[in-house]
Amino acid sequence: MELIRDLLVQGVQMLVVVALAPALLGLVRKVRARLMRRRGASILQPYRDLLRLMRKDVVLAENASWLFRAAPYLIFAATWVAAALVPTFAFGLQFNWTADLIAIVALLGSARFFLALAGMDVGTAFGGIGASREMMIASMAEPAMLLAAFSVALVAGSTQLSTVAEHMATEAVGLRVSLGLALVALVIVALAENARIPVDNPSTHLELTMVHEAMVLEYSGRHLAMIELAAALKLLLYISLIICVFVPWGMAGAQSGVLAYLAGFGFWLAKLALGGVALGAFEVSIAKMRVFRVPDFLGAALMLGLLGVLLLFVSRSL
Amino acid sequence: MRKDFRMSAVDLALLAVAALLALGAYAIPFGRQTAARPLIYGASAMLCTVLLLLGVAVLAGQAGVSARVLPIGLPWLGSHWGLDPLSAFFLVVVGMGGAAASLFAIGYGRHEGEPMRVLPFYPAFLGAMTLVVLAQDAFSFLVAWEVMSLLSWALVMAHHRTEGTAQAGYVYLLMAGFGTMALLLAFGLLAGPAGDYGFAAMRAAPRSTTLAAVILGLMMVGAGSKAGLAPLHVWLPLAHPAAPSHVSALMSGVMTKVALYGLIRVVFDLAGPLEWWASPAVIVMGAATAVLGILSALMATDLKRALAYSTIENVGVIVLALGLALAFRANGMTAPAALAFSAALFHIFNHAAFKSLLFMGAGNVLVATGQRNLDALGGLIHRMPVTAALMLVGAVAISALPPLNGFASEWLLFQSVLLSPDLPQAGLQIIVPAAGGMLALAAALAAAAFVRIYGVGFLGRPRTDAARSAVEADRFSLAAMGVLGLICVLAGIFPGVVLDLLAPATEAMVAARLPLQAEQAWQTLVPIAEARSTYSGLLVFAFITITSSGSAWLVHRFASRRLSRGPAWDCGFPSNLANSQYGAGSFAQPLRRVLGSILLGAREEVTMPPPGSTAPSRMIVRLRDWAWEGIYQPLAAAINTVATQANRLQFLTIRRYLSLVVGSLVSLLLVLTIWN
Repeated sequence: MELIRDLLVQGVQMLVVVALAPALLGLVRKVRARLMRRRGASILQPYRDLLRLMRKDVVLAENASWLFRAAPYLIFAATWVAAALVPTFAFGLQFNWTADLIAIVALLGSARFFLALAGMDVGTAFGGIGASREMMIASMAEPAMLLAAFSVALVAGSTQLSTVAEHMATEAVGLRVSLGLALVALVIVALAENARIPVDNPSTHLELTMVHEAMVLEYSGRHLAMIELAAALKLLLYISLIICVFVPWGMAGAQSGVLAYLAGFGFWLAKLALGGVALGAFEVSIAKMRVFRVPDFLGAALMLGLLGVLLLFVSRSL
Repeated sequence: MRKDFRMSAVDLALLAVAALLALGAYAIPFGRQTAARPLIYGASAMLCTVLLLLGVAVLAGQAGVSARVLPIGLPWLGSHWGLDPLSAFFLVVVGMGGAAASLFAIGYGRHEGEPMRVLPFYPAFLGAMTLVVLAQDAFSFLVAWEVMSLLSWALVMAHHRTEGTAQAGYVYLLMAGFGTMALLLAFGLLAGPAGDYGFAAMRAAPRSTTLAAVILGLMMVGAGSKAGLAPLHVWLPLAHPAAPSHVSALMSGVMTKVALYGLIRVVFDLAGPLEWWASPAVIVMGAATAVLGILSALMATDLKRALAYSTIENVGVIVLALGLALAFRANGMTAPAALAFSAALFHIFNHAAFKSLLFMGAGNVLVATGQRNLDALGGLIHRMPVTAALMLVGAVAISALPPLNGFASEWLLFQSVLLSPDLPQAGLQIIVPAAGGMLALAAALAAAAFVRIYGVGFLGRPRTDAARSAVEADRFSLAAMGVLGLICVLAGIFPGVVLDLLAPATEAMVAARLPLQAEQAWQTLVPIAEARSTYSGLLVFAFITITSSGSAWLVHRFASRRLSRGPAWDCGFPSNLANSQYGAGSFAQPLRRVLGSILLGAREEVTMPPPGSTAPSRMIVRLRDWAWEGIYQPLAAAINTVATQANRLQFLTIRRYLSLVVGSLVSLLLVLTIWN
């Protein structure tokens, strides 16, 4: 009975993340539009876009290989699995122990690997430019994220996200310099990895500095829908990750009742919405960077992450 | 023969080696016959499989630790051979790599222009590598090591008329000689004044920690130069690609591991306890090698050379893990030491599998197109689908991506980095997190490097006619690659099985082992404690398989399954020129600017013709090898100067020669008198 309930909670978590991801994207777009004094599309617009894409034909480039066709599903699967393993509304889900924070970072790495390969598959200049720049950004962002993960793991004594969240929710942690540095590093990485504004602009085409959009330029129909959904999931994953590590209050404990789960769910939704609004507000207030400025930006994250870890190595209480 | 004589594991292994050496001898008179090639490679594959099974049997406890003394070698010593868990683990690596490379060569060897330059040396090379692993005294070890070096040199020189091969062979020979000299000194120090060259005596002899550290330094030079540790790596990216591809696979996948075996055997087993201050140098060298190696791999346009540079990276990762194990062991933290050491051994196994696989794929490409230059390839996934699919497995595995095996070993290494705050020394507390960051950087750069290699070489449109007319390789080559690909997948999904198998070797070296992984549900890795860190490759693999195939089914069933083909969109301006694609140089450009300008001294020279001129514009990229310019060239210049000066001695008169002889005799006698 307990097992069935645990499986059920895990299943709900899996479905919830994929169901809410487009809404989060819609919210960010809405906030951006309102702050620019536009009315903006409905929050539900991403769902309509996805449905429309799903129903359309796929127009495949003549040169595309099987890798190009398989990649959207693989990217979606890797991102979804990673997103399902980040605790959102409750600690101690059934499969939390399957992959720890390092493995989640690496799962996102797998998704990115296939996305970059898919960008190069058709053999167009834009696909290559996107893949090349994406890997450049990733090779700075991934170590920064791992270093931030190290800081968190050293404070909590575990890389297991569920344990980390539980530890962070206790009073004993308090305010720490190292965690502050890790948070800044993680936010920078989240902006870069999700192709958000100072690094990449999610709403432009035909711009020489585009990265993510350049890679997926040849995709259409259901393939594009899968990739867009995976991108939305990734955004939700990063915001959930930041929530779960730095503001885990209100999460339901393991094996708690339905009410606790509902409360945890409410808290999570509120925090998620807050994160979305903050992202939208940040994006309208900053300009996009030149692509060769991005390494400096990410280098700062890398250094902050390293500084956080070093502080923890010097003293556990910092 | 005594009545109670029973074949032990080491006897069987020695017999297999004898058979391998005999195969080499057989090839000298009969190698020209057409039946000789499949016979030699087939027999090598079978003998290597025997070695592999022997190693597994010893590790699994099915065959006991065994030793054998043969009455050859030094008259008062004989030659000692033995098969303990550490040797058995490396026997598995040699056997696996050797069997796969031999199977590959049954098909691949058909394209060899001058088979007599490969066939006699190849089985003997396998035998020599096995002997290094089995040797239990310094004399046998060094002889086997030198034979291994010379035979691999001969194999590198197989295509001696190709441009660059002669230089590669020359540099390799010099470095190998230099490395062996360091090994000779290390073993001399180990043997001490008594001069007992047996490993058992060396192990038992008391030794100061300073002397042990000196031995560690010498081994880092001697074994490190063979393994490709920076700055002694310069020969490796020249020599490994120059050899025929199945030999490249062996050299990169197996011989570097045999070199690491030498390092582990001496430093962890024979040299005795080390102080903590010996480890930072090892950790820093490992981390620097990893980053430098993979960055060079990102810049290389030659497919096989890029793979060779990536070998340097992986050797750096392994040495970093060994350095961590040394640091933990020096502080008496046996459980973390076991974790770091297991990570090193696991990565050794994994790298042997996927690097061999990748070199074989490069061999297939070379046969199909005659090209190693990435910028001459492209679109091979259409014409060589099986090779391309297997190369993809290797690329994902080496980029440390879950759920394949490369990630499992790097994950273990990250876990051991996270245990290092418990180290008491402040020096290590600064170095280890920095090394952890370097490791993360190397892992991310590896993914970039393999996206580049795979994306430029196998995806996109063909850039030359050679790439356009490529055909798939033969079934032996593909079978060998398939076996290795399967090992990569299985070791990633069931890492616990591999870790349990190599636990006896870990226990013998650092006096502790990881907790038994077989008891964990769902093949979960639990290196320390369940609350601390867990990773289940099996479940991640299952989840990805289920969700990807499930979502594909759902979409095809309920949304749309229609598909039409059209020309590429490319933002409305598609180009028919294959060179409009991103090539190897352009893919690397962002990282070359960001990291390469500092670490590799990358400079771009652009010449733009004035408007209206029809002259082509050019961009030339220059990379500098600091090790080459800073160490090797001055050294070579100094040797040259000394040699030129010494050259004068050749043209003296007889009177001066005689006075020279008398002078040196008198000065030697004087030294002796003062000494006494």
